[in-house]
Amino acid sequence: MLTRGAAARSNGLVACPDCDLLQRPAALAAGEAARCGRCGARLYERKENSLSRTLALALAALILFAIANLCPFMTLSLEGRSQECTIFSGVTGLAREGMGTLALLVFLVSVLVPFLRIAGLLHALALLRLAPGRGRAAFSFRWIHALRPWGMLEILLLAGLVALVKLGDVARIEPGAAFWAFCALILVNAAAAATLDPALVWRGLERRG
Amino acid sequence: MSAKAASAARLGLICCRACGLLLRARPLQAGAAARCPRCGAGARARKPRSVACTWALLVTGAILYVPANVYPIMQSELMGKTSEDTIISGVLRLMEEDQAPLALLVFFASIVVPLLKLCGLSFLLVSVQRRSTWQPRGRAALFRLIEIVGRWSMLDIFVVAILVALVRLGSVATILPGFGALSFAAVVVATMFATLAFDPRLIWDSLEKKP
Ligand SMILES: [Zn+2]
Ligand SMILES: [Zn+2]
Repeated sequence: MLTRGAAARSNGLVACPDCDLLQRPAALAAGEAARCGRCGARLYERKENSLSRTLALALAALILFAIANLCPFMTLSLEGRSQECTIFSGVTGLAREGMGTLALLVFLVSVLVPFLRIAGLLHALALLRLAPGRGRAAFSFRWIHALRPWGMLEILLLAGLVALVKLGDVARIEPGAAFWAFCALILVNAAAAATLDPALVWRGLERRG
Repeated sequence: MSAKAASAARLGLICCRACGLLLRARPLQAGAAARCPRCGAGARARKPRSVACTWALLVTGAILYVPANVYPIMQSELMGKTSEDTIISGVLRLMEEDQAPLALLVFFASIVVPLLKLCGLSFLLVSVQRRSTWQPRGRAALFRLIEIVGRWSMLDIFVVAILVALVRLGSVATILPGFGALSFAAVVVATMFATLAFDPRLIWDSLEKKP
């Protein structure tokens, strides 16, 4: 059993997640970030209008995610024949060539995890705004943090560029709608991460509990 | 460092890694699996068996690194020419084709990053096991760098996936994935889990328990 560290909290201390040093949080102006005095880790930030901005960006990300997965990613033409590929055909292509494990991994990091992270963010923020309960929102919010290293959209986009250049002198390759949706999605995701203030969400969920 | 500096663990407190809440560990049930009351994550003062788990995953990654570089990651048949590419020959080919910026990018993602993870984490583990007090801030920065760049070594796997899906025009042009791609993906996954298993707070623990 764990209880809230009453003494430490009444003194208003925080511990650094990277080096465990106890320290007193400084008051921040909007847009400022506090760093750990010992190891330099980012401790917390203050952001303006964080909740509504992040919610709007997460909604935009969901729409872009749908376009990015439904439209063609690239089209290759060679000697009068052409071949389209979507993100999902990248997964099925590997599975067809007997690389089922690899196909599963590519599916997880380029489709499932990015989707769960966008949906989880929407779920947590929407519940925080609308509903009085907090159990499920806390679950979603904890998991989008844990899944962060496994969402690899920006690496996939860069791989698309590498493929484009590699085949450039052999065949004609044109990026499709999904390619541009991906570019936008990565920008929107980065913006959502920049406007999100996790400490604010946790405090909000705490009050609801 | 000031004399007042103390870690949460030393004062019997646990900092939840998931949400940042400070918790007081009740001494009687110390060591039992406990959950953070705010976010529901399992909370412990330090990740359990961090050093052993990280070593196990790291050794797995190092062993798989050999087939990942020996076997081809893809075979291509373009206009009647058959060729095989390994991770390294792929980088060399981009160099020959005068794509220096791209070659540099792939070199970084596919060669520098995996080696940085394997060597860097081994170094951090050895330093933690020897209770080294040398340059803790630098070692903390090294770990953060590994955390940030680690995932970028997936780049080549995605390139193979896209090429396989895109280039399948029968006898005119076909690209097939190779066994090297599977091994390399396993290296990336094993080293990413190794990074997650390592507890950076161990770097600072040896500093505090020195008299
Ligand atoms: Zn710190
Ligand atoms: Zn927590």
